[in-house]
Amino acid sequence: MSNLFDLLVAGLATGAIYALVAVGFTLLWQTSQTINFAQGEFVMLPAFLMLAAMHVGAPFWLAIILGILLSMVLLGLAFKMLLVDPMMRHGVLPLAIATMALAIGIKEAVKQFFSAEASPFPSIVPTGDISVFRHAVSLQSIGVLVVAILAVVGLTTLLNRTSLGHQMQAAAQNPTVARIIGVPVERMILLTFLINAFLVALASLLITPIYLAKFSSGEVLGQAAFIAAIVGGFNQVRGAIAGGLLIGVLDNLAASYVSTQYRAAVPMLVLIIVILFRPQGLLGRAEERTV
Amino acid sequence: MKSTLLGALLAVAMATSAFAQPIKLADVAELSGGGATVGTNWKNGIDLAIEEINAKGGVLGRKLEVTHADSQSNPGVARAQVQKALDAEPYVLLGPGYSGSVKVTAPLAAEAGIAQIMGGEAAELTQAGNKFLFRTSFGQQSSMPKVAKYIHDDMKAKSVAVVWVNNDFGRGGRDVVVKELERLGSKVVADLSTEAGQADFAADVGKIKAANPDAVFVYLNEEESARILKELKRQGVTAPLMGETTLIGQKVIELAGDAANGARGHVGLTTDAPVDLIKGFRDRFSKKYNYVPDHNGLKGYLAVYMVKATTEKMGKVDSKAFADTLHGLTIKAADEPGILMDVTFSDTGDIDRQSFLVEVVEGKQVVKQVLPKLK
Repeated sequence: MSNLFDLLVAGLATGAIYALVAVGFTLLWQTSQTINFAQGEFVMLPAFLMLAAMHVGAPFWLAIILGILLSMVLLGLAFKMLLVDPMMRHGVLPLAIATMALAIGIKEAVKQFFSAEASPFPSIVPTGDISVFRHAVSLQSIGVLVVAILAVVGLTTLLNRTSLGHQMQAAAQNPTVARIIGVPVERMILLTFLINAFLVALASLLITPIYLAKFSSGEVLGQAAFIAAIVGGFNQVRGAIAGGLLIGVLDNLAASYVSTQYRAAVPMLVLIIVILFRPQGLLGRAEERTV
Repeated sequence: MKSTLLGALLAVAMATSAFAQPIKLADVAELSGGGATVGTNWKNGIDLAIEEINAKGGVLGRKLEVTHADSQSNPGVARAQVQKALDAEPYVLLGPGYSGSVKVTAPLAAEAGIAQIMGGEAAELTQAGNKFLFRTSFGQQSSMPKVAKYIHDDMKAKSVAVVWVNNDFGRGGRDVVVKELERLGSKVVADLSTEAGQADFAADVGKIKAANPDAVFVYLNEEESARILKELKRQGVTAPLMGETTLIGQKVIELAGDAANGARGHVGLTTDAPVDLIKGFRDRFSKKYNYVPDHNGLKGYLAVYMVKATTEKMGKVDSKAFADTLHGLTIKAADEPGILMDVTFSDTGDIDRQSFLVEVVEGKQVVKQVLPKLK
């Protein structure tokens, strides 16, 4: 029983990170029909940007800020202007393939500049345990959960409670009408790219101390987050959050109660079942767009 | 007068060279590519040993000579280089260091009837019935019984959790250690296979925690070792941790930080060993090359002294009888200081030698104990 509790906590912590990455997936899809297959590499890269900043002498806090800002420029602004904008005119599929190429490019570039070996990465949460319901729970797991929840709450507040958020919703749901009533649609789309870049940089900061900084560490994450987004509902932020948490917990339970070898297959099975019986996703709504 | 002296000197020199042609060794090693550190250490160890031996008059009055070829850390290139080296009919072939390269080159040397002294450590290398292949370090079949003995005798563990990586390396080690632990009477209460490149060890550590073992044996590659060490610490597992070089290596310590402290590992060769002859080797090597060698430097050095001891045992330079003589041979460091520690070669070319128990203390490897030869 204590084992189950530990697994749930660890699963929720991993799931929260999947959720952050999955939310980014849905945001990009909603506003610009971009399926970003480089999303996993987007999570891997910021950690290396932060490491590079520390390498030239920046303290950790400054490296975090620089890393997040650089990520927003590279993975938000440059990604949209140099890859998405020129490719989008040619449809969803060519753009998706272009992001696959981008994923390979990012991975190889990191390998070239930082070597293929893993590097350690400092944790923003101190190591140690606290007692929850007489169970020892690691501060790291709790830290990851808290930061991820704060980010998601902040994002939903922005989208639902502010004028800016309403404009983004409008731009996503019906760009033509939004434009007529004076919503700066292009700027709203750019904003979602910047938010996505911020979220992946945050995920990078949270996951890399546990997974280590390595060029290939985005592969698993990108896949898990993609599945989470589909399972939860590709057109709903709350769906992506639920999907992320569900996949994180399921993955840990499967590794413990099914087998380590087949753990990666369990989320896929869930994905197949969801697509067969509820194609719009657990919390998604059919034929509707909203952020 | 001057010219007579010169003439006499020349005559002596010519006579010496005519009577004592050098003994030719061929080395194929990872001098570039991913294994460059391995191969360069190995090569430097060889050169140092040859320099020492030649300075003292060579082997049976003949100087040693070696040619170095680069395998580029690539088994295909290694094969071509070994073929080229064998065509020159060397006395003994040295290298390569990578098990994969050894695997593809060993049949060539065996076919030519030339003994091959190499650096690979995969268990399977000496299990294919090759009569010409010799190790310079432990294979898994030699190191794992020592590990099991230490877990049973010194850690006094009645129950053990075994975590291993699901590839040839991990499975090979796991099979030997589980068999040995059970033979000694330590029960394996958790037998966990993990994947190469696995990032999340929460579930595996959860299972270890649930099994509540007296000791945990961790047999993973370096990066995964670091991740599981962190997770073991995160989940508060307090059972002592035992592994091999891959659990307590410098890279693991760098990646795992604090979490590596207290982990113990069995190490076949280390330049930190509390053995005077090894300390002497380390000093001479550092002086010549301006850096501290790793265990591959030791391996290359030992390979040349294996050639010397075996040849002196035979009393002649006989390439064909070399392998037969080295099988079953025990070389004592008292007789041949260059061999550094007493060593016995089995009929399969595996070695038995004392080894070391290393513990990570405050981020440093500390040799805690010398583990004796098995036989």
